[in-house]
Amino acid sequence: MINENYVSKTVASLPPSGIRKFFDLAANMEGVVSLGVGEPDFVTSWSVREAAIHSLEEGRTSYTANAGLLELRKEIAGYMEQAFNVSYQPEHQILVTVGASEGIDLALRSIINPGEEVLVVSPCFVSYAPLVTMAGGVPKIIHTTGENQFKLTPAELEDAITPNTKAMIICSPNNPTGTQLNKEELIKITEIIKKNDLLVIADEIYAELAYDESFTSFASVGDMINRTILINGFSKSFAMTGWRLGFVCAPREILEAMLKLHQYTMMCAPTMAQYGALEALKHGWDDVEDMRSSYRQRRNYIVKSFNEIGLACHNPGGAFYAFPSIAKTGLSSQSFAEKLLLEERVAVVPGDVFGESGEGYIRCSYASSMAQLQEAVKRIARFMKNYQ
Amino acid sequence: MHLNDKELEILRIIEKNSRIDYSDLAKMVVSTEKEVEETLTKLEEMRIIVRYASIINWAKIDEHHGVTAMIDVKVTPKRGVGFDEVAQRIYRFKEVESVYLMSGVYDLSVIVEGNSMNEIARFVSEKLSTLDSVISTTTHFILKKYKHDGTIFDQPEEDNRIVVSP
Repeated sequence: MINENYVSKTVASLPPSGIRKFFDLAANMEGVVSLGVGEPDFVTSWSVREAAIHSLEEGRTSYTANAGLLELRKEIAGYMEQAFNVSYQPEHQILVTVGASEGIDLALRSIINPGEEVLVVSPCFVSYAPLVTMAGGVPKIIHTTGENQFKLTPAELEDAITPNTKAMIICSPNNPTGTQLNKEELIKITEIIKKNDLLVIADEIYAELAYDESFTSFASVGDMINRTILINGFSKSFAMTGWRLGFVCAPREILEAMLKLHQYTMMCAPTMAQYGALEALKHGWDDVEDMRSSYRQRRNYIVKSFNEIGLACHNPGGAFYAFPSIAKTGLSSQSFAEKLLLEERVAVVPGDVFGESGEGYIRCSYASSMAQLQEAVKRIARFMKNYQ
Repeated sequence: MHLNDKELEILRIIEKNSRIDYSDLAKMVVSTEKEVEETLTKLEEMRIIVRYASIINWAKIDEHHGVTAMIDVKVTPKRGVGFDEVAQRIYRFKEVESVYLMSGVYDLSVIVEGNSMNEIARFVSEKLSTLDSVISTTTHFILKKYKHDGTIFDQPEEDNRIVVSP
């Protein structure tokens, strides 16, 4: 008889995703306004969809090169150079992946020896720590705090480093906090990284969604390009989440190791998605700009509204999440989110799902229509009146 | 005329939804309600905001019998006033919805609405073609409107996203 004993002990030991519970609750409810969605509310632009359709009509249904279409990698190289001032060779330093998620997994598996530590800057995307574990490493969580707007401080970084530390994984602009590190802050952090001979896995999937300060890539600071595994993709910037298409830029030796794993696990990213991405990079920039303005307006609206109704909220520089404090209510994140869903039918994600220091906060995605956001604010305001 | 970033942003937002609550609009552009109202008043006075209109899909309404035609008009421009004078003579007719000066094989594109094809035919033959400067007209009737001013008339694509995702 097959039972749970057949499941690998490592997998069994992974914590279940904290989001699952809310998904199950919310999915079966009528009239829910959701601020829980971690993806754009835009549909991929028609020109990109049309390019993918055309690639199918042309019969381009075979594998591509393992690393992805060379034409696409060249386009990515041009984009990285122009947007972030970092220079990568398309032939040796760029890998097209099945979403940024695959990139993160490959990066971790390519560099970790058993027992080595990876610093996970938290609150963060739910997959980082489990993927470190699955790669045989030991996740060491750095708890950034609300007082610093969840920005990693040099002291926090230094305190976490041990002789066993191999790398740090960090996301900026951040999911769930929206926090973005500016150039000065990056310089201070990278000095410590270099001093301790660490690698950085920089998840820059939200790089195009920076609203106030221009975005600085980890790889562009000093000679950090030599110790950065840069993760990016098309999901957020071009509203292409379902296409599952990301890319990695890294030093050649590391990229080749990642490519080896990618060959064994994926062969290549989906061909039609790659043709869509090619069109996006070539002609999709007006859409990116429109989406960015729209997110910025909604960010401004929701942050101001939250602060007015008693949810203290820092101004997140990027991504599409507000991360307000619920301290005033005295409730835990889980119980706030649960009560809000049951009483007012507004879905948010409790902050502790993204790491301990997210306790006392909730993640609210503002990638929803203004009408939905207005309705959510109205309902949350009513809820706050009863709980403070 | 130069507008600042905030004014431009306000214009772009109300162009999509002119009924938006001013306090919400103020939040979106990091401004105050008073400042937004002043900006809008200023833009109205300058006739940059010309009118607050809505887009109505009349085809859905049984009581509506209107037809729309796009008419390509060739005209002789006049010394000193170019096309403006004849354009004015045309756009003053209440049947005329829009008039554009075009590049290409004809000069003015005139959009006319009427209660029936006959009514528009009469307008073209009796009013438009008889104007001194008008050389020729070609009338195209609109059979169906799919998209107008950036808005698709069909049901919008549904939000198929899962309600909670990481």
